[in-house]
Amino acid sequence: MNYVLFAEQFLNGFQLGMILFLLAAGLTLVFGIMDLVNLAHGSLYMLGAYFAATFSHLTGSFVWAILLAVPAMVAAGIIIEMIALRTLYARDHLDQVLATFGLILFFNELTRIVWGPEGQVIPLPAYLDGSVALPLGIDYPVYRLVIIGCGLAVALGLWVLVSKTRIGMLIRAGSSNREMAGALGVNIATLFTVVFGIGAALAGFGGMIITPITQAEVGMGEIILIQAFVVVVIGGIGSIKGAFIAAILIGVIDTMGRSFLDLLLLFILPANAAEAAGPALSSMLIFILMAGILFFRPQGLFPPKGAR
Amino acid sequence: MKVLLDIQALKTPRGIVATIVVLLCGLMPIIAPAIGESFYVDVFARTMIWAIAAVSLNLIMGYGGMISFGHAAFFGIGAYTIGILAFHGVTSAWVQWPVALILSALVGLVFGAISLRTKGVYFIMITLALAQMLYFLSVSAQRYGSDDGLTINDRSDFGIGFFNLDDDLTLYYLIFAVLLLCVYVSWRIVNSPFGMVVRGAKSNDNRMQALGYPTTRYKLTAFVIAGVMCGMAGVLDANLEEFVSPDALNWPRSGEMIFMVVLGGMGSLFGPVTGAVVFWLLQDFLANWRGFIGDHWAIIFGPFLILVVLFARGGIHGLVDRLFSRKGGAQ
Amino acid sequence: MLRKTLMAASAFALMAATSVAQAAEIKVGFITTLTTGAAVIGNDMKKAVDLAVEHMGGKMGPLDLEVIYADDEFNPQKGKQATERLVKRDDVDIVAGYIWSHVLLASKNVVLDEGKFLLSANAGPSPMAGEQCHKNFFSFSWQNDQTPMAMGELLNQRGVKSLYVIAPNYAAGQDMVAGAERTFKGKIVGKDMTAWPTQKDWAAEFTKVKAANPDGVFTFYPGGHGPAFLKQYEQAGLTGKVPLYSVFTLDAISLPLLQKAGMKSAMGTYMTQFWVQDLDNAQNKRFVADFKKKYGSYPSFYAAQSYDAMFAIKAAVEAVNGDLKNMDGMRKAFESADFPSVRGSFKMGPNHFPIQNFYAREVVADADGSWTTVNRGVVLANHQDSYASKCNMKM
Repeated sequence: MNYVLFAEQFLNGFQLGMILFLLAAGLTLVFGIMDLVNLAHGSLYMLGAYFAATFSHLTGSFVWAILLAVPAMVAAGIIIEMIALRTLYARDHLDQVLATFGLILFFNELTRIVWGPEGQVIPLPAYLDGSVALPLGIDYPVYRLVIIGCGLAVALGLWVLVSKTRIGMLIRAGSSNREMAGALGVNIATLFTVVFGIGAALAGFGGMIITPITQAEVGMGEIILIQAFVVVVIGGIGSIKGAFIAAILIGVIDTMGRSFLDLLLLFILPANAAEAAGPALSSMLIFILMAGILFFRPQGLFPPKGAR
Repeated sequence: MKVLLDIQALKTPRGIVATIVVLLCGLMPIIAPAIGESFYVDVFARTMIWAIAAVSLNLIMGYGGMISFGHAAFFGIGAYTIGILAFHGVTSAWVQWPVALILSALVGLVFGAISLRTKGVYFIMITLALAQMLYFLSVSAQRYGSDDGLTINDRSDFGIGFFNLDDDLTLYYLIFAVLLLCVYVSWRIVNSPFGMVVRGAKSNDNRMQALGYPTTRYKLTAFVIAGVMCGMAGVLDANLEEFVSPDALNWPRSGEMIFMVVLGGMGSLFGPVTGAVVFWLLQDFLANWRGFIGDHWAIIFGPFLILVVLFARGGIHGLVDRLFSRKGGAQ
Repeated sequence: MLRKTLMAASAFALMAATSVAQAAEIKVGFITTLTTGAAVIGNDMKKAVDLAVEHMGGKMGPLDLEVIYADDEFNPQKGKQATERLVKRDDVDIVAGYIWSHVLLASKNVVLDEGKFLLSANAGPSPMAGEQCHKNFFSFSWQNDQTPMAMGELLNQRGVKSLYVIAPNYAAGQDMVAGAERTFKGKIVGKDMTAWPTQKDWAAEFTKVKAANPDGVFTFYPGGHGPAFLKQYEQAGLTGKVPLYSVFTLDAISLPLLQKAGMKSAMGTYMTQFWVQDLDNAQNKRFVADFKKKYGSYPSFYAAQSYDAMFAIKAAVEAVNGDLKNMDGMRKAFESADFPSVRGSFKMGPNHFPIQNFYAREVVADADGSWTTVNRGVVLANHQDSYASKCNMKM
């Protein structure tokens, strides 16, 4: 082990954190503002990936694919909100969990019918497809740096949106006191639709930018969804700042755990036991972390002010 | 059984539905071969096991308001205990079953103690996370087949000549008896002073605490009981399938359990049983439809789930009440 | 009293069912995955079975052939229920198929307890080759360890001295690694077992590979993980620096996808397998040519196994001249493996797993520019799996 390896792993963890943040940001907004548990958020991630793959196929350009797929996701989000989710706001969490569980089944099957069971790929342009030499002798894939950059840009954009704009003010008002915001003349229904559209675009964007390094697959959303939930819960429901910090935390810990946990275990366990326990423990690590944090801070690290 | 023999309860619409479902379960080994469909005996044995799991979930979710999205963990613990003990040559039910149930109780205690510190969405998520943790543990358990699962060569042995689980019919009626027992136990719990506190905590936790009840401790007890009951379902499942794999405790199983409860009617004693039966029969029916629907049955099943949530409040039992009873539900 | 009458009634129903089945027909139940993302594999197998039926003219010996497909939903419990349906409801004569070890292990007793033949067209878990071998179970694929053992040998032949291993941490992944370790004589300088199927990002692992700078990387990632692995391998700058050796990671299903994505890093990589699409025998030529003609793509090895299983059944039916009650006769026919196989001739081992050649395959572009693999020679000849000695077949 050396510091280059360590630094690269840290970047890898950071990159995973950015993807998690893109999902968690939308999830935590929808949670916080509409009090809606949306299991189907992972389906939006998947839809984004398939949209981008299709556009990339049609236009032959990665950049165009993203530029077309993002507005398509906003539209898809708004349509889904108006048809399926709107009626769920007044329901309890159980109804929401179940109905959105049904949505997962529906979207997975729909994707399979439309695109077929085989995966979809997005080829990268040549200028994004290699690796670049960073200081300290680190050789790092360009595209992963692009992902990190995109994640940071989105985080910055969200911060500006929430803290500097009128719609952001409404979002903040809506998340701390819905009735008050309504009384101030905010059209809550429109606000919710807009927020959901933003959340859908963010999740879809996450799916789009991860697809060039993995591929678009049916069911890809569920695996990451659970990690995103962990992020949201650790960060504190409704808190974008919490989601950002928790996403990086989870991304880095998960990646570091995968790389170095078996080496750490070697100090306390015999070699073959460490080899067996390492992968098991590293895949459980983030859940243990979550249980630990919630045990001491049942509302997560950054519970929003005025939380219910 | 008092619950069944209470003529008044039987006369209500949901009582009639429950009676039909119970008779169907009880008589399936006779009905199915008679109509040349002995295949459905296996389907019903499986269904009843899931019904036990659903009944146990209903206890905490329907009556206690604790929406656990990780209940399949207990199912897995029960099944894996049987599998692992059998793998090491321990097949006596007198050892296997107590170990499985005690383990379920212990895990229930730990998981409950952690997750009951939280409320609402946090509770849903933390139960999910804890169960996923066990799922990953089972996937990495190389010795016990990791995700290939573990074949169980011998069913649990009670050492009683005429009571041998290798006989499918004996196993079937054992499952049936356990199911009825679980419903009975639920009924006793729900109507006991203990159950009243748990139910009271669902509608107004603060008030119950103000009245001097340590509600968290009551809820934790209910959580453990439900865990043990679900562990029992896992024990039976391991015996029926003669196989256990991590799939049994993956999160979609927990979601399906929730759906069975809601489909049948949450907070009604026999609701989860009805829900489990309808759930399995419907899936079997859709998946075996030849052609497009059979290949893509989830496209029907997903929206069906949503429709149940949106329009069938109180599940099938609630629906039946509303359709056939002027007075509304008897419960 | 009631029970007795009913039992008689059901016995009568059963007799009626069998007498219908005897109306010169054989029903083969074929279980594979037709829903979920894994349906890519299932569809390829189904195509091969359909083609086999077509090539047989819908007949096996004197009997009309009916194939009933069933879906396991990639779930052992559902797979078992589908098997029960085939055996108890559709009353099939033979059950074949099974992609997944866990589905096969969960379902096998349903078929074997009814005294019917069970033929695997893919799954080959070690218990079935060893302690749990059964007189009525036959594999027409391979045992999990064999392919990576061939890979270990290939690595030796190609002068690889230091190897880095990356594989998923589940049963098949562990089998693959153990198999390669058994025959590989060089040094394993690093080994990462990743979370399955959740982990689809190998940034952490590739960073470690770069630090270790081995002579080769050995990997196993079936399904959708394979292309993703390769793509990231390229992006990490490992292509051309560290040769990649894989088993069950690249196949006729994933290669067109890789080609579409322009991932040239797949080119020239080596893998090992019991079959290659350009094997020189009449049966294989017909299979590959007609498959390409009918479906427009190369068949995968999953398809090859399924096609073989169907012809094995046909040979067994012919051997007993359509008398399906003659189990011993059919069993002898399966044991002799005397049927035209796409892999050329092979022997059936005493544990009912094939004793067969394993070939090196290299990824190349064919005359039309489509990516495929070609045969680069036998690595292991007439290879028997290592569990055969543990099998004590009870007749």
